[in-house]
Amino acid sequence: MRKALIAPVVALTALVLAAAAGAAGARHAAVAAGCDKAGLPLVTKGMLTIGTDNPAYPPWFGGGELKGSKWKIDDPATGQGYESAVAYEVAKRLGFGKAQVMWKVVPFSQSFAPGRKKFDLFVNQVSYSPVRAKNVDFSASYYDVAQAVVALKGKPIAKAAGVAALKAFKLGAPIGTTSYRAITDVIRPKPGPGVYDTLNDGVTALKNGQIDGLVVDLPTAFYITAAQIDNGVIVGQLPAVGGQQERFGLVLGKGSAVTACVDRALAAMRADGTLKKLVGTWLAKSAGAPILK
Amino acid sequence: MIVVVIVNSPGWPAVRRAFFDGHEFTSSLPEISRAFLTNVEIFCIAEGFILVVGLAIAVMRSLPGPVFFPIRALAILYADIFRGIPTILVIYILGFGAPALQLSWLPTSTVVWGIVGLVLIYSAYVSEVYRAGIDSVHPSQDAAARSLGLSRSQSMRHVVLPQAVRRVVPPLLNDFIGLQKDTALIALLGTVEAFRQSQIDVAATFNFTPYLATALLFVAITIPLARFTDWLLNRDRRRRQSAGALG
Amino acid sequence: MSGTDGVVASGRAAAPADALRLEGVHKSFGRLEVLRGIDLAVAEHEVVCLIGSSGSGKSTLLRCVNLLEPIDAGRIHVLGTEITGRGVDVDSVRRRIGIVFQSFNLFPHMTVLRNVTLAPRKVLGLPAAEADARCEELLVRFGLADKRDWFPDRLSGGQQQRVAIVRALAMQPELLLLDEITSALDPELVSEVLDVIRELAAGGMTMVLATHEMGFAREIASRVCFLDGGLVLEQGSPAQIFADPQEERTRQFLKRIVDAGRL
Ligand SMILES: Nc1ncnc2c1ncn2[C@@H]1O[C@H](COP(=O)(O)OP(=O)(O)OP(=O)(O)O)[C@@H](O)[C@H]1O
Ligand SMILES: [Mg+2]
Repeated sequence: MRKALIAPVVALTALVLAAAAGAAGARHAAVAAGCDKAGLPLVTKGMLTIGTDNPAYPPWFGGGELKGSKWKIDDPATGQGYESAVAYEVAKRLGFGKAQVMWKVVPFSQSFAPGRKKFDLFVNQVSYSPVRAKNVDFSASYYDVAQAVVALKGKPIAKAAGVAALKAFKLGAPIGTTSYRAITDVIRPKPGPGVYDTLNDGVTALKNGQIDGLVVDLPTAFYITAAQIDNGVIVGQLPAVGGQQERFGLVLGKGSAVTACVDRALAAMRADGTLKKLVGTWLAKSAGAPILK
Repeated sequence: MIVVVIVNSPGWPAVRRAFFDGHEFTSSLPEISRAFLTNVEIFCIAEGFILVVGLAIAVMRSLPGPVFFPIRALAILYADIFRGIPTILVIYILGFGAPALQLSWLPTSTVVWGIVGLVLIYSAYVSEVYRAGIDSVHPSQDAAARSLGLSRSQSMRHVVLPQAVRRVVPPLLNDFIGLQKDTALIALLGTVEAFRQSQIDVAATFNFTPYLATALLFVAITIPLARFTDWLLNRDRRRRQSAGALG
Repeated sequence: MSGTDGVVASGRAAAPADALRLEGVHKSFGRLEVLRGIDLAVAEHEVVCLIGSSGSGKSTLLRCVNLLEPIDAGRIHVLGTEITGRGVDVDSVRRRIGIVFQSFNLFPHMTVLRNVTLAPRKVLGLPAAEADARCEELLVRFGLADKRDWFPDRLSGGQQQRVAIVRALAMQPELLLLDEITSALDPELVSEVLDVIRELAAGGMTMVLATHEMGFAREIASRVCFLDGGLVLEQGSPAQIFADPQEERTRQFLKRIVDAGRL
């Protein structure tokens, strides 16, 4: 369960795509019966409200900070970044044009709070788990993810070649993430984990030497080493928690009528190669870290 | 009445599921209790330092005469600053800022810095409580002690402070309950204490019951603390009003 | 300042044997000049009563002698040592001078015995057993033996004041200052405290008392001093002051006292 470290989605690319596809394209993409947007119970009539956390981090979101926008680091409404692109593509296939998508700041913890949801979809690297699914709806996977360990170059941990070699080190992860479970269930290190409210706090702790390694999902690991710290290195990818392939899903209110429609849109995107293409566009750089056994 | 309104509200079944799930409660409680030991440890260590530092600041502030003006001014500045800054900021700044200096002799432990932050903040509050206590002891008590030949510090130690401290036990307790709750702020630095453990559990299950378990733990330690203070005060009162029981 | 005047005014030679000697003592609180040149000498074993209307500065004078208030000008000698000079060890001066206040000022968090033994133990450094023995003897002597483990809250005013006197005596002072020690007491409790003072006077204790008890002053004082306008306006034997005052102000003061039925 990657949570929210990193937020939203979509951008110029989607814009370009949408423009190229044109009005006809939007129509052909619409998903089967029962998913007509007029019939869906939406937060705001005629609009698809998508929630994610602020700041919105690459590579999930892109486009940078726009003047006058409330979004930090990246702006989901640009259509840039993997999650933004996926969200706009799903929206398009449900019949919503770019102008009919509304982005809303929703902290991770709010995404599963009981009561009426303020969003139709929540996209924030949330990992599926059966227990979580008792309280919210998850869409089908839009990204299959692995966890990875980030460290500072030259530190002893950077030489670790396997999971067992990580046991002696103090590790940290953002709260609410599968990364945390990768520490407690897969690595099981001797020192207790550091658990941070935000990715930034975790990165700060890593820089300060308060932890030896930070566990995050692989794309985020690439982002951290590329953009957030000068002397960072990816130690390696970790095996899946509980042997189950980890996957990110969109979060919807429990029993939402929209869930089935989103699932159909995602299935179509997987079938026609759209998801693969978006991964290629936005996450290509996030491949090729050594696998720790 | 309020209970009836809540229980009949449309959202109640969902809230009950989210906050009062018996299974989540029992399954999260052991780990949260273990994490709560960290809170208790932080609380005990911090409290010890706070009692001493707060008293030292208060005594510094009550030094008379122009000679001690710089010390008084420092003590006042300290109390003003650390009562002014939100606790959460002090903890953030110290916990992430001090280790960022990369000085090898400075500890990087988040628990240590969390405790330092709490001690700085709460000593400022507690020094004010002590000061109110010292001020409430009538100057004639000090005059009587000094006239017997006791020095300024002897009078402070044997006559003024014992009376001052007795008077401020209830407000001191208040601050300590606040301190005990604020130990949860150390979670910000990454330490897995009770609150952070419950957040982890909540995030893993999307069910809020672990928060309830944590809340109960905090209450469970506050109540004995409050009763203990009542008992102390009562004992002191009984002792002073009864003749001859103690030599 | 006007030290020699003082000696002359007191009508006696400035002998080192004086237990207490004030020379031109001035004391102001802000603009209010309370003492304007007090000259006074007290010989050993003498009992001097200070009288004067309320606000005339009796308490202030006693507090100055005990260095609880710093003086603005003048000099104070105790047993031949000047105590108002620079570099005087205030604590060691106070050790030799006992003072008892109108409001007792017992320490409420200590038992009677601890009230009394505190200074002998902490200031003189007596071992606990020795301090206890010395103080218990005093408590017995002043009829307080059965109260030794009581806290002050539970004592009557008269008992509290007697404890306060014992507390001062436990330091074996060479000079005892008493500031209206009976005026906070119910009339029926006054005599038990005055008995104590009588006994001390008979034992030769040098004392300076501020008092409104004129009858008692007449009985016990070797000398009565009338304070007015910040000065010792008139002094003499009780017989002389009460029967034949020289100053108009003294006469007025005593008349008011007589009218109020207190003499
Ligand atoms: N600490 C102080 N600050 C300011 N003024 C004071 C202080 N102590 C005494 N005074 C003033 O000095 C004057 C003399 O006071 P003092 O207590 O010496 O009088 P007193 O002769 O003892 O009177 P009483 O018979 O009522 O006890 C009074 O006007 C009093 O208000
Ligand atoms: Mg007086």
